[in-house]
Amino acid sequence: MTTLAEPRHAEAIKRGVFGRVVDRLGGGAIQVFLVLVAVFWLVPTLGLLVVSLRGETENNSSGWWTLFTKPAQITFENYSNLLASGFSSSFWNTVLITVPATVLVIGIAAMAAYAFAWIEFPGRDAVFLVVIALLVVPIQIALIPIAKLYGFFGIFGSIPGVVLFHVAFGLPFAIFLLRNFFVGIPRELLEAARMDGAPEWRIFATVVFPLAKPAIASLGIFQFLWVWNDLLVALVFADTSNQPMTKALQSQMRQFGTNVDILAPGAFLSLIIPLVLFFAFQRYFVQGLLAGSVK
Amino acid sequence: MTERLDGPQAPGGDLPAAGAPSGRPDTPVADPAPDRGGHRLGPSPKLAILFLLPALLLLGAWVIYPIVYSIFRSLYDSTGDHFVGLDNYASIFTDSSTLTTIRNNVIWVVVAPLIVTVLGLIFAVLTERIRWATAFKLILFMPMAVSLLAAGVIFRLVYEQDPDKGVANAVITVVHDTFSSSQGYPGARPRENDQAPAAVQGGAVVTKQPAQAGQPVLIPLVGLKPDLLKDASPAKAAPGDGRGDGLSGTVWLDVVRGGGGTLNQIDPQEKGLAGITVEALSGGAVKATTETATDGTFHFSALPAGSYVVRLPQSNFTAPFNGVTWLGPALITPAIIGAYIWVWAGFAMVLIAAGLSAIPRDALEAARIDGATEWQVFRRITVPLLAPVLLVVFVTMVINVLKVFDLVFIIAPGSVQPQANVIALEMWRVSFGGGGNQGMGSALAIFLLLLVLPFMIFNIRRFRRDER
Repeated sequence: MTTLAEPRHAEAIKRGVFGRVVDRLGGGAIQVFLVLVAVFWLVPTLGLLVVSLRGETENNSSGWWTLFTKPAQITFENYSNLLASGFSSSFWNTVLITVPATVLVIGIAAMAAYAFAWIEFPGRDAVFLVVIALLVVPIQIALIPIAKLYGFFGIFGSIPGVVLFHVAFGLPFAIFLLRNFFVGIPRELLEAARMDGAPEWRIFATVVFPLAKPAIASLGIFQFLWVWNDLLVALVFADTSNQPMTKALQSQMRQFGTNVDILAPGAFLSLIIPLVLFFAFQRYFVQGLLAGSVK
Repeated sequence: MTERLDGPQAPGGDLPAAGAPSGRPDTPVADPAPDRGGHRLGPSPKLAILFLLPALLLLGAWVIYPIVYSIFRSLYDSTGDHFVGLDNYASIFTDSSTLTTIRNNVIWVVVAPLIVTVLGLIFAVLTERIRWATAFKLILFMPMAVSLLAAGVIFRLVYEQDPDKGVANAVITVVHDTFSSSQGYPGARPRENDQAPAAVQGGAVVTKQPAQAGQPVLIPLVGLKPDLLKDASPAKAAPGDGRGDGLSGTVWLDVVRGGGGTLNQIDPQEKGLAGITVEALSGGAVKATTETATDGTFHFSALPAGSYVVRLPQSNFTAPFNGVTWLGPALITPAIIGAYIWVWAGFAMVLIAAGLSAIPRDALEAARIDGATEWQVFRRITVPLLAPVLLVVFVTMVINVLKVFDLVFIIAPGSVQPQANVIALEMWRVSFGGGGNQGMGSALAIFLLLLVLPFMIFNIRRFRRDER
């Protein structure tokens, strides 16, 4: 404020009328600009959807946008071919990896977060700082050592191996998010339960866990999306019989151009469930991003 | 006033930036920093171990042990039998292919976080002015739910070279063709001998002799396949201009299919070149411009008297514009950064918008009443108050960009992957994708860890400060 000129009322009023006109015009320009931006953001995904709904010959001879003048091109053949080719097994692998990895992270992180928030023990702050430090560790660091370890224990290529990797690397963020939520729970609630002589695990299960539902929902959707959408971990640790959709599709990328009829519907199938979840739970998604507001 | 403006902290302002593995929203989270005064009646510390055990076991075995292992492994060669000291690290900085990956990572770090943050700021500020802000935010935010693999496939389709397939080139060629009507006869040229009436000068075709009044100008060209002009009209001689104040002539393909015909003369089977731009030059300056008709004839009427040469500018002979080669070696990294911005701009916008909503409205209003322009309000009040959020978004993006993998792996076609390569991808390639050198792979992983180390310290410092 101090950097601005002193108030001059006559001018301020003059600007009022003029300013409103400018605002109108500017407002129109902003509308147009933002509509263009929105179109820019929608078109690529729309293109994928339309390409997945057109036959191979159509896709090779004309742009997907011609669908809007010739809607008769629509066909579900690509999808039925894809599902008949065994893609559905990679869909189920994705589910089998994602669901346990999400549930385990929530359970294990909630327990740890409870300890960090509500149980006093020596070195608590130091250990929690280590967890914060681990937030940024790139997963590349673990690929080689864990591949060796899995080879030793005979779980290389298996679904449990992939799940455990995701759980471990999901934990720092999960513990961090939940611990910050837990410390915000009113102390009186816990102390009342402790006074009543409730054992700690029951306080955790009946007082803290139910109260933390919004935070758990945020964490759940993040972890779900992260694991569902992962490619790198699957690429290294899942063999072909256990591969999720991302890896199955990646193996098709080398022939890109000749197999759009596989890639486009496959990519669309892989993104439809995250998209539905995202729209259903977007409130929690945003809350997770802004976890500061859940005090 | 100033005090009040600084009062409420924007949410997100006190958040550590949490960089998580690729694809993951690296969510910064605020710490509520509760008052944890005198502790009474707690459970025994032993219980804490029970609660922490599963998490610590997993973190120890899957995250901490690998860091230690990788440090040692990076000091050995590809077989793991021979200690090589820091040789693997030395070769990161000497090998030309890894130097390319480092260069690309530098480009990524310099360009992508800045654009994402600035776009997020612009969108966040502008969405305050529209009624459909929620819809706009959802649209921009949506790519975050999509896997980077799917985003990669989406952008492979967008960047297809053929303007009949890739939407980017389709739009660009439409725009280009609106502003330039070049017909394009790539390869067409005059004969290179003394009898030829025209010659190439700087890409354009220029007549050797000034045009004679009333005498048609003949510009015979070769170098095109006659098949290309199957449907073109036969060339005609331009009618001589009786009044002598005009200039006319013919541009044609001086080739007869199957041979024959007279050189530099219009034979009946020869085809005119339509739509060629023709310029009349006098003293080196363009005095008039016209275009050839379907039979290849052109005519300048009412030229001032003088000596003219005729020139067919270079634009006639360039290949028809066929869009931009997005996925070629030159543009591959900018093209992938474009896809990255598509994925992450919504994230930046949502965080910044939340920070924006915490700025007291009356502060902005007061400034406006005091006569501040919108730009001044934005520059002097909004941006400084948002600085903490902007920093968190920027740092989160830098951490994320350092680890970029999927988008490069998916979007860059195999042949240009060496030019698009980044550290995280090279690490995978060297150790699993056919490289077979886990010593080098470990060194690259440690290198990556060192790059994010400053942000690790940044997070810890931030957290400790907030906790106090």
